[in-house]
Amino acid sequence: MSAFTALLVRDMRLAIRVGGGALMGALFFLIVVTMMPFAIGPDLALLARIGPAILWLGALLASLLALDRLFATDYEDGSLDLLMMGPLPLELSVATKAIAHWLTTGLPLVVIAPLLGLMLNVELKATGWLALTLFAGTPALTFIGVIGAALAVALRRGGLLLAVLVLPLTVPVLIFGVAAANAAIVGPTPFGPPFTILCALSLASLVLGPIAAAAALRHGLE
Amino acid sequence: MPVIDFANPTRFLTIVNRVLPWLIAATVVLFAVGLFRAVNAPDDYQQGATVKIMFLHVPAAWLGMFGWGLMSIAALGTLVWRHPLADVAGKAAAPIGAAFTFICLTTGSLWGRPTWGTYWVWDARLTSMLVLLLLYLGVLALYWTAEEPGRGARAAAILSLVGAVNLPIIKFSVDWWNTLHQPASVFRMGGSKIDPALLTPLLIMTLAFTLLFMTLHLAVMRNEILRRRVRSMRLMQAQELAEAT
Amino acid sequence: MNLGPHADFIVAAYAVTVFVVAALVAWVVLDYWAQRRILGDLEERGVTRRSQRKG
Repeated sequence: MSAFTALLVRDMRLAIRVGGGALMGALFFLIVVTMMPFAIGPDLALLARIGPAILWLGALLASLLALDRLFATDYEDGSLDLLMMGPLPLELSVATKAIAHWLTTGLPLVVIAPLLGLMLNVELKATGWLALTLFAGTPALTFIGVIGAALAVALRRGGLLLAVLVLPLTVPVLIFGVAAANAAIVGPTPFGPPFTILCALSLASLVLGPIAAAAALRHGLE
Repeated sequence: MPVIDFANPTRFLTIVNRVLPWLIAATVVLFAVGLFRAVNAPDDYQQGATVKIMFLHVPAAWLGMFGWGLMSIAALGTLVWRHPLADVAGKAAAPIGAAFTFICLTTGSLWGRPTWGTYWVWDARLTSMLVLLLLYLGVLALYWTAEEPGRGARAAAILSLVGAVNLPIIKFSVDWWNTLHQPASVFRMGGSKIDPALLTPLLIMTLAFTLLFMTLHLAVMRNEILRRRVRSMRLMQAQELAEAT
Repeated sequence: MNLGPHADFIVAAYAVTVFVVAALVAWVVLDYWAQRRILGDLEERGVTRRSQRKG
């Protein structure tokens, strides 16, 4: 088993077993989306119109909260030091942890999004498109978030600092994610351009995120 | 004078002490001239006298962005070239850049109320500036929460570079988002072409504000160097006390 | 000087700018005096910097 697979499997097992990461993110997503109508009102027409926005914001917040523990637990028990000295280049280790994080926290969001969409009166076919935009965009949220997680752990500070650092950087993902979802549901703007830009953002952050995060860990923990 | 001469903090302080009075004088003179020209500038045919707010808003916007550019170059100095004063330069630029971004947003809002009717408009440029302010606040949070100045400086340097890469993308996406939701009437701030009678005061004020930035920047760098001296002296004092007992 | 019907906004914009710049300047100046004073205190008490000792 290569080092990459070993780390990936280890992280995924931890996320699922501890019960923290994996399902908690999806649960938070459900709760936040449920709270929105209490604030906005049960007007179905309004909810349908802003449904994609609510789902994207919920996914953003859920991803953010789960990122807190990405490096923190490893830092506390010393495995982060081992990771930094290990056989994998740090950038690759970080990327592996981020992939594991997305598989256990991001993907469940994508899976339950259609159900939540129905609660917001988004029509069934449209929820599929919505889930697709989340599938393309949540990796970007994870890989941008990983930068904030690395900076926060280097300074031994927690969740709110992470959110403050990461949220402005995710503005483009949010803009294009919601735009693509709206385009698929309402039209008339085409779905293609925002969706491809969303994919581009995910791919770019897949590369740049771990590089920046690894630099943050190296410089912050030396 | 090569850059390496600035590497020694003590040498740097001597240079700053000599240069600062001249910079302050030049800044004051330029502001005097600029404000005189601004006050006497003609009214815009569309916006009336409110165009005078432009003489504050545009320089502030430029300096907000300039501040982040300066932080990014300083970040390269810290992380790549390991210049000893690079992290001081970056840390000094952050609060000044943030202040000018804030000025840009408030003057923009006050300009918007009489011309557009509301205090805040999700206009592409103002919104991008707002995101820039949020990024500045993030960097300031990093400096603020770090226990050791060195560690905080390196973390902030990384965030500066990440922000520098991200800012064009954010600007592009906000522009795109704004055209998607643009109401029927498009009002462009400052008009499409600036009349020469308004351009000269604008340039003088921009120069004056830039000199102000540079003056403040050197002064804050000086304070930061002194602050680090105090810290290392206190640490040494504590160490001596510990050794004596 | 006639600032037109929206004079209040123009004045407010200039006032905000002056206030923020003044606050910045005040922070820089006060901080400088504070650091100089502390350094003076420390030097009086005989605490020296490493580089001064070597010289």
